[in-house]
This record gives sequence, C-alpha cells and structure tokens, in this order.
Amino acid sequence: MATITTEIPVTLSKDEILRYSRHLIMPEVGMEGQQKLKAARVLCIGTGGLGSPLALYLAAAGVGTLGLVDFDVVDYTNLQRQIIHTTADVGRKKIDSATDKLTAINPYLNLRTFDTRLSSENALELFRDFDIIADGTDNFPTRYLVNDACVLTGKPNVYGSIFRFEGQASVFATEDGPCYRCLYPEPPPPGLVPSCAEGGVLGILPGLVGVMQATEVIKLILGIGDPLIGRLLLIDALGMKFRELKLRKNPDCPVCGTHPTLTKLIDYNEFCGIRGEEKPVANGVPEIQVEELKRRLDAKEDIFVLDVREPHEYQICNIGGHLIPLNDLPKRVNELDSSREIVVHCKMGGRSAKAVAFLQQSGFTKVHNLAGGITAWSERVDPKVPKY
Amino acid sequence: MSKIHIPTPLRQYVDKQSTVDVKADTVAEAMNALVAKHPDLRRHLYTEEGKLRAFVNLYLNDEDIRYLQKEATAVNEGDSISIVPSIAGGAQDEPVVIPSAARDLGFCPKCHERS
Repeated sequence: MATITTEIPVTLSKDEILRYSRHLIMPEVGMEGQQKLKAARVLCIGTGGLGSPLALYLAAAGVGTLGLVDFDVVDYTNLQRQIIHTTADVGRKKIDSATDKLTAINPYLNLRTFDTRLSSENALELFRDFDIIADGTDNFPTRYLVNDACVLTGKPNVYGSIFRFEGQASVFATEDGPCYRCLYPEPPPPGLVPSCAEGGVLGILPGLVGVMQATEVIKLILGIGDPLIGRLLLIDALGMKFRELKLRKNPDCPVCGTHPTLTKLIDYNEFCGIRGEEKPVANGVPEIQVEELKRRLDAKEDIFVLDVREPHEYQICNIGGHLIPLNDLPKRVNELDSSREIVVHCKMGGRSAKAVAFLQQSGFTKVHNLAGGITAWSERVDPKVPKY
Repeated sequence: MSKIHIPTPLRQYVDKQSTVDVKADTVAEAMNALVAKHPDLRRHLYTEEGKLRAFVNLYLNDEDIRYLQKEATAVNEGDSISIVPSIAGGAQDEPVVIPSAARDLGFCPKCHERS
C-alpha cells in the first residue's frame, strides 16, 4: 500500500467543504479521506491521452499536489483524444495548456509543472517529492524508466497503456507487489512493434484507461477497496470485455527481485534498442526527393510508383501509386517489373525503406525510396494531398 | 476445444479473428496448432530458435504459465489461453527506424534475430 506522509495536518476551508460535499457525505471518504486527498502528492508523467482524464479527475477530486511532467507541444492530431487541450491550444506547451484547465477546475490545487522530458538524470529527484506516480507515457523506454525509478524510490506506479482498441491497467512497484519488469522483463525490439499502419488508437480508449488510473490513485490515497496490485486488467473496447490476469512478483526480477542487479537507472533508449531520434530513413538505400519525382513524372519518364502503405491509408490520400502493403510485398513481388524504374513510398519513408531493401535483396536494381514519403509530397509538391 | 485469445496487434495474422479455437493437451500443443494454422504469426511470437519472445506472455485462464509448468502446462477442455504482448500505449507516428542494414531486413540489432 502506498505510504502517504501527512506531515502537516490539512484542514478544509468552508468553500472546500462545499466543493467536496459529495465525497464528504460518503463514509468511505469522509472528512478524513478528503484530508488525505488534499495531503497527497501525485506525479502524472505525460499530459496526453491518458494524462488528460487522469489529471482532470485528480484535480477535481481534490488531490492537493499534482505534478505534471511533459516537454511536448499541443498538436492538431492530439485533439481527437487529449481532452485537456483545446483547438485554441494548438502550438502551446502542453503543461501550460493543462495548467489553465486544471486550475480552472480547482483553484485550490497546488500544481507543480516540469517542462522537461523525464530522463534517467532527473527521474529519481522528481519522484522523491511525490507519493504516487501515474504513468501516462506512450513509449517503451519511458515505461521502463518510470518503473525502475518507482522501484528505486519506493513509489507505487499506477500504470495504464493503450493500443488501438485495447488497454492494460495495473498498479506496479508497491512494496509487496510485482513491478512492470516482473511482467515484461524486456521490451520488444523496435522492428517488432506495430508499425504506424497498424498503430492509431480509438479516441475514447485513453479516457477509459486514464480514468481507471485515476480511480486506482484515489483508492491508494484513501486506502480503500482492492487496488490493482498483482492484477493486470485487460480492456477490450470493441468487445467491451474486461479480463483480469494474475501477476506475480518475480523473485528473479532484475530490479525488484530478491537479488536485484539493477540498482540505478540505465540508458533506456539503448535498453529498448533505440539509438537517438534518427529519422525513419535507412542508410544505404537509394533515395529520390519528392521534387525530383514530380519533375520526372511531369516529363513522362517511365517510373513505376509503388505505394507500400495499407489500403485504409490509401483511401485517406494517394498519388496514384500501385498499392502493395509492405507485409504483402514478399508474396506479391511478381506484380513488379524489375526492368522498370521503381519509386517506393509510404507515409514518411520508414516502411518504404524496408521495401527498397527487400526489393534490392530480391534482385531489383532500379529502385528508389521516396524520401519523406507522401507527407513530404504533401508539404513540398502538392498541398492538396492531405496529411494524416 | 480450447480458445486462444489473440491481442489486437496480432489479429492481422489470424484473419482478423479475436479468438482461435484449437484442440490441444498442453499449451505448447495449442500454440503449435495456432502457428501451424497461421504461419505468419510465428515470427511475432517466437525467436528463430523457437523460444517464446520475452515481451510476449502466455496465460492459461488467469495464470501466467511461467508460474505453472511453462509451455508443458496441461490444457483442459474449455480452458482459455491468452497471448498478452507488452503495449507501450499512446499513438505515435511512424516508429523510429534504426538505419542499419540489419534493421532494414527486419533483424533485431540487439539479438540479431529475424523479426
């Protein structure tokens, strides 16, 4: 169970008593519970899809001190699910946008914002001033970083994760409970994580899972109910089915096991097989720029444009290329004429680079990757092609 | 018959089904039957050496098979097996692609397994 340190006895003002009256009249919360909430310090990692509902509900519920860590800026494509941000906030820092909404909901909130990327250098120090950490991040390196820093600082990690129509939630790194590494000792290598074609997320799903995280945070603070410790909740939004799996603390866990080998934070990008933020353009694969492709197509040169995205992406926009999704390429390679010059494109150039490497390996010699994909085409050649 | 629950990211390799029914006496037999029926699934679940990948967990009903008899765990009529891969969450754009020849051909730079 979380250890909430109530050093200074907190009292509620008359206005606060009215504000929280629907909590106060429930014996499970009551004045004592509301004071626990006010004394609690919760750190939300990320103010995106999961962090939006999480922070909004925690602020409304009367959590006294709320920390927000985010380095990002509100993007137009965030608005489909990141409900703490509005259209007018596009281009603003997420923590500034979130601060406005949270203080508007609850002026009694002590908000602490950290305009930074959570890293191995700052995580332990950041976590030290909080009682509970809520992980609303979206990538594997940060997941492992949050987990390890929670174990090392002894803070519970209220975990939620989403993908397309599916979510997972649990509470990790409590004193006796398992941690994220007990469940998944290693991350998937980057090549095996679903590509953008298979990515995406149903907008309501982070709402569902983020509110579950908020529920678990509140329960930990109040010390009521059965927290999701040692349980992994699987959420299937399409089937609207919830399943629960048992989690066990792994005695051989490198971070929370009986003989931990990991006693300080590591380089999590390296651990997850990611080196820097390299552009999705593969070295050694011959490239063509969008302007050159346009010029040569206009000049009626014989160029075969191959689009390796998925059919539903082709429906969003296309430049008339022949569609063979990357995964189908090996079995449909006979549709291509190796004597012709082929330019391969996808959304941004990552998948098409793989396709070019595959075609070269299959004996194609006149094959180029369209640098920057259809996104670059939209930006630099034809703005009528929508970006997505 | 036992039911294998297929998580969203892997449904594309099993004709978009959310569950697949198999006849098997152990978890290993069930998984073999599954990948025999849907060979594209194999590389996503197993390494070249045939080992279950570290970020994929198998559950028999609600128990992690690592704490039962692993893949030798007996499966009874009506049991369900869940494949539970790790998901990072969020809705990133194209994932970071590591520009190395190995990566381009779908090899993991760390373990050099074909992905």
